[in-house]
Amino acid sequence: MAQPGPATLTHLQRLEAESIHIMREVAAEAENPVMLYSIGKDSATMLHLARKAFYPAPPPFPLLHVDTTWKFQAMYELRDKAATEAGMELLVYQNPEALAQGINPFDHGPLHTDMWKTEGLKQALDKYGFDAAFGGGRRDEEKSRAKERVFSFRNAQHRWDPKNQRPELWKLYNARKHKGESMRVFPLSNWTELDIWQYIHLEGIEIVPLYFAAERPVVEHEGLLIMVDDDRMPLAPGQVPQLRSVRFRTLGCYPLTGAVESTATTLPEVIQEILLTTTSERQGRAIDHDSAASMEKKKQEGYF
Amino acid sequence: MTATDESIYQVESLIAEDIDAYLEQHQHKTMLRFITCGSVDDGKSTLIGRMLYDSKMIFEDHLQALEADSKRVGTQGDQIDFALLVDGLAAEREQGITIDVAYRFFATEKRKFIVADTPGHEQYTRNMVTGASTAELAVILIDARKGVLTQTRRHSFLTHLLGIRHIVLAVNKMDLVDYSQEVYDAIVADYRAFADSIGIGDFTAIPISGFLGDNITAHSPKTPWYTGTTLMNHLETVELDQTLDQARPFRMPVQRVTRPNLNFRGFAGTIANGVVRPGDAVRVLPTNRTSTIARIVTMDGDLDQGVVGQAVTLTLADEIDCSRGDVLVLDSSPAEAADHFECHLVWMDDSEMLPGRSYWLRIGTQTVTATFERPKYQVNVNTMEQVAAKTLGLNAIGVVTFSTDKPVVFEPYAQSHDLGGFIVIDKMTNATVAAGMIHFALRRSKNVAWQPLEIDRSHHARMKHQEPIVMWLTGLSGAGKSEVANEIEVQLARMNRHTFLLDGDNIRHGLSKDLGFDDADRVENARRLAEVAKLMADAGLIVIVSAISPFRAEREMARDLIGSEFVEVFIDLPLAEAEGRDTKGLYAKARAGELTHFTGVNSPYEAPTAPDIRIDALTTSPKEAAAEIITRLIPLR
Repeated sequence: MAQPGPATLTHLQRLEAESIHIMREVAAEAENPVMLYSIGKDSATMLHLARKAFYPAPPPFPLLHVDTTWKFQAMYELRDKAATEAGMELLVYQNPEALAQGINPFDHGPLHTDMWKTEGLKQALDKYGFDAAFGGGRRDEEKSRAKERVFSFRNAQHRWDPKNQRPELWKLYNARKHKGESMRVFPLSNWTELDIWQYIHLEGIEIVPLYFAAERPVVEHEGLLIMVDDDRMPLAPGQVPQLRSVRFRTLGCYPLTGAVESTATTLPEVIQEILLTTTSERQGRAIDHDSAASMEKKKQEGYF
Repeated sequence: MTATDESIYQVESLIAEDIDAYLEQHQHKTMLRFITCGSVDDGKSTLIGRMLYDSKMIFEDHLQALEADSKRVGTQGDQIDFALLVDGLAAEREQGITIDVAYRFFATEKRKFIVADTPGHEQYTRNMVTGASTAELAVILIDARKGVLTQTRRHSFLTHLLGIRHIVLAVNKMDLVDYSQEVYDAIVADYRAFADSIGIGDFTAIPISGFLGDNITAHSPKTPWYTGTTLMNHLETVELDQTLDQARPFRMPVQRVTRPNLNFRGFAGTIANGVVRPGDAVRVLPTNRTSTIARIVTMDGDLDQGVVGQAVTLTLADEIDCSRGDVLVLDSSPAEAADHFECHLVWMDDSEMLPGRSYWLRIGTQTVTATFERPKYQVNVNTMEQVAAKTLGLNAIGVVTFSTDKPVVFEPYAQSHDLGGFIVIDKMTNATVAAGMIHFALRRSKNVAWQPLEIDRSHHARMKHQEPIVMWLTGLSGAGKSEVANEIEVQLARMNRHTFLLDGDNIRHGLSKDLGFDDADRVENARRLAEVAKLMADAGLIVIVSAISPFRAEREMARDLIGSEFVEVFIDLPLAEAEGRDTKGLYAKARAGELTHFTGVNSPYEAPTAPDIRIDALTTSPKEAAAEIITRLIPLR
């Protein structure tokens, strides 16, 4: 029995339709696409949209997790479950050099992100020969993303040239490229953080429990509240993790992701807190503080 | 407390007291995409910054940074300088990085907004056109002290060209003209006269101060004489394009066929116009097969209707051919297909448009090969004058006709942006080089039918006891192409083969008498050569083309046109050697500045990367070269 379709589209329905349109274009035009899956709320939304875009078939591409071995345990658990439910192949890639050298966020600083994520991603894309990779980046995240294309062209060395981007008009995306070149595609470009939360709420999308407040063992580390997720976390002499009611606004490597004190245990409460609190999303991420123009530079080098 | 603060307070208390009610309200919002036109001097960044600020889209850490920046580099004394919020672009200009389209987001209780923010100067016309392509409304900013300027006219023309239906004339900096009604009325009258002259029927004028917030969210007590709407109220209530597009007949370009198993075949796409329901009679274009809609399939269950803008998967009652590039349309009101059009073309690339060259053209989900003719005229974007042009360079806008290699399902841009707007892609670089808007199909294409011929090309060839072939000799001037070509013809004549030699120079005495040597003319000359060579091959001849043909794209065009009989022969002589020989004395003239557009000197030669045959002209005589080519191409009988 058919249910009533919408009379006209709301803003979330328009955003949903745009993302689905973009994903279908990639599936039609790229030879070997892949969806980058980093297990956060944006990835969860992107995966949900992909399932909708190709229903009743499963999405015609695999998921790729570029792992750093330093994600939260709860993230690894949801990752495997989400891939199975979507009926998609899950590829996990860890940069073998980073693994061999034991690269970690405590001893290696920016090298940690560079080797595990930037290098790891390039290696993985080369290994499997992917020519289009979906990422969950949004234009509202920070200034250099505000002008990035939906279809972001990368040369054979995976570099982004902000001076030489293709104009994007209407719903028309130019996915043509030479052999060895690739595209990064951002179907969530026009979503804001609030749109994502609202959509997760409306669609009942499963997200990592770390987004909700709970009593968790945390220590203060370089100005951030860091959760002690396993025994690799070096503690200063006499430093004892304290149980505090915290949640996370973004998820990444646990030693680099700051928690915020919170009592929001449901999605509406989380949204309420976001709307009433006043620090922007990326504030909790150590990676952005390295240098002012850090994100633009990282992207030029091939970071997502 | 200002009106703005009050409305923020109301939203905040709703969020704090009843988040579920807030979420319920938020999820029914509609969305409006708009573009702001003007330069920083007009207060554009200040206005956008204020809208972001008033809608509480600025987080505390951004705000702290903003307050600090305002004190440090701001231009507004102790006041917050909103412009600093959005002036990433200005900083980029100084650093020589991208000047581009930036998208910004904010929401009110009624709507979510996506603002395309583009620089306003003429050299950024392409950026503005890009931003305008997805906008439903344009805010055209005018500095009340300066009135209607050249750039106001340019911005208005471009937004109108891109089919934006709602134009807001925001007369800004009213605080600097003492909120004078006289000044405002004069500007509006001036603009109305201009708007009429270019066909903008209606616009909404609002006197504002982005800096002080007058008439942005609340009526300003400083302009009691103004009784119209506030800017924000207008943005929140203006009719959306989807209402209009929904009333048009159903169209859906098919993106892809979803086929998870043999029992399911769904056509995935985004509805461009209209509404679709199960049971609707539809037609697949351009094949003209008909069927009815069986189901509208989504992951949340089947729907009883799909509306414009929605991404759906449709199944049909009958097993008919339909694939990516086809368009599903309402059977009782189908779209047209044609292969010859007139359009407005906006050129966006550093390398100019070359009439006669083959480009990819993307329209909806269709990709075809298109060739443009010489512009009918170019539009001066500052004066709207029509000026003669042979080609279109970066940021140029012109009216152009073009033809495609197969029928394109379309609608005039004025009726459908999805089926009338297209992009143009360079076949060699894959860059997006232009955007266009179809006016109409030219009837000529429908009235010129192909006459079926009784004696076809294989018959012609059999009578001559030979396989037709087109040997396309390319190389620098002085490389020895003509000598090799002559020698080939002489040797083939001895073998009793029927040949013809088409010389690139000779053809310029007749067929291409009207053409010069600039890039556009070279492309057209190559096209004519290729067409003639094809006719001669159809007549069963062995054709030898000898022409510099410096551009890879044109040799590829000839290969596409002629087909499997085409053989690219590269007569390869280094430039220094060709210039040293200078058999015709042309290099000397070119170096002396007497010849412009001379290949190798002041015009490029794009050497073949993978020719079918390469002759090393340094070490091979014309006789030897001819013998080698014949041995490789002409089977001995």
